[in-house]
Amino acid sequence: MTMRYEKPATAQEAASILANEPGVARVLSGGTDVLVQLRAGMIELDLIVDIKNLDQIKDITSEDGGFRIGAAVSGASLGEHAGVVALWPGVIEAFELIGSTQVQGRATMAGNLCNGSPAADSVPAMAAANATARIVGPDGERDCSVQDIPVSPGRTSLTKGEIVTSIFLPARPERAADAYLRFTPRTEMDIAVASAAVSLELDAGGTCTAARIALGAIAPTVVLVDAASKCIIGTKLDAAALEAMSTACSAACNPIDDKRGTIEFRTQVVGVLAKRAALIAYKRAGGRT
Amino acid sequence: MRNLHISTSVNGDQTEFVCAPDETLLDVLRNRLGLTGAKEGCGTGDCGACSVTLNGRLVCSCLVLGVEAEGAEIGTVEGLAMGDHLHPLQRNFIDHAALQCGICTPGILVAAKALLEKNPNPTDEEIRYWLAGNLCRCTGYDKIIKAVQIAAAEMRGA
Repeated sequence: MTMRYEKPATAQEAASILANEPGVARVLSGGTDVLVQLRAGMIELDLIVDIKNLDQIKDITSEDGGFRIGAAVSGASLGEHAGVVALWPGVIEAFELIGSTQVQGRATMAGNLCNGSPAADSVPAMAAANATARIVGPDGERDCSVQDIPVSPGRTSLTKGEIVTSIFLPARPERAADAYLRFTPRTEMDIAVASAAVSLELDAGGTCTAARIALGAIAPTVVLVDAASKCIIGTKLDAAALEAMSTACSAACNPIDDKRGTIEFRTQVVGVLAKRAALIAYKRAGGRT
Repeated sequence: MRNLHISTSVNGDQTEFVCAPDETLLDVLRNRLGLTGAKEGCGTGDCGACSVTLNGRLVCSCLVLGVEAEGAEIGTVEGLAMGDHLHPLQRNFIDHAALQCGICTPGILVAAKALLEKNPNPTDEEIRYWLAGNLCRCTGYDKIIKAVQIAAAEMRGA
């Protein structure tokens, strides 16, 4: 193997290097997926492009009431940022479930997204949060909804030369919150068998006025379930509304059978997780059930 | 394959080395710098035996490229003791039999030190969660948790 290593100083330079590479290339940020794949021989690389020298790539900045999170911000740094933790607790709890303390010292949300795993913990939470990824490519800059990035296991909609430089978590009104739950056989160091993220907005009386529900590990990509959101909008998350929402989540499943869970198990459990996550988000948003 | 020249800091000492682009920091530490405290258990970031700090963050050195050490500050288990004077964690691991075969011990010591710098008075549960990425197949963890608690109490008193 003759892998080359590049550490460009600007996103445009990184995009240009990647666009002009005739061989197999990968972006290196935290490396917790790409270096595992490299060492396991799952991929053979001609080029690895380290993006950690790019401007603002390790920064968390306030923007329009939300936060822009650089593509090289580690889970450890993110979890120490009081502002993001307060605004998007569900996104933080999802990302912090990934790996060990050591993995959190390196892993990034942008990397979790671009790795393309259907079981990526932070991706349903980002999709529920209506997060957008900023992408720089050979033709310039664009923004893309997080849920439109993964297209199948291990594959993304990014074109050759494009890199995600940051994730934007938007502002939210008062009485809004999110939550994420996953099912794993172990409490730590495990991968989701099924997962659900719920983001809610409430009015002063505790009625849900907006909801986004995203499911993980139950289809080839993250699934945003509008039909489930409709079941709880206009309600105070009473038992009947939650049951309808749970049923809608199960109906949106297209899972696989594997050693970690069967189709039937994933389909049922994801509805239960969505219900419980909705109740946590509701409570965090100030609602009483 | 073109080797790269890297300048870094290991345990506070300015260090230079040459390595291949696909060489891990773990291999650099062990094979080029002679620092064999960090161990390769799994090589996939699951076991924590290769734990070091990179710019103050606890990481698995098997999942860091050697070339990423350019301009960085690395901390390894070799930096814990002051000459012959063991770090309280090291001394208490010995005194309270918190190791058997010892393969996981350097990684656990580095991880525990990072925890106590962030949280000098952790609960047992906090220690167990923090060390969830450090696998030990001998001790059953109980003595490790106790040794960390005793060292933490000693360090708080010091």
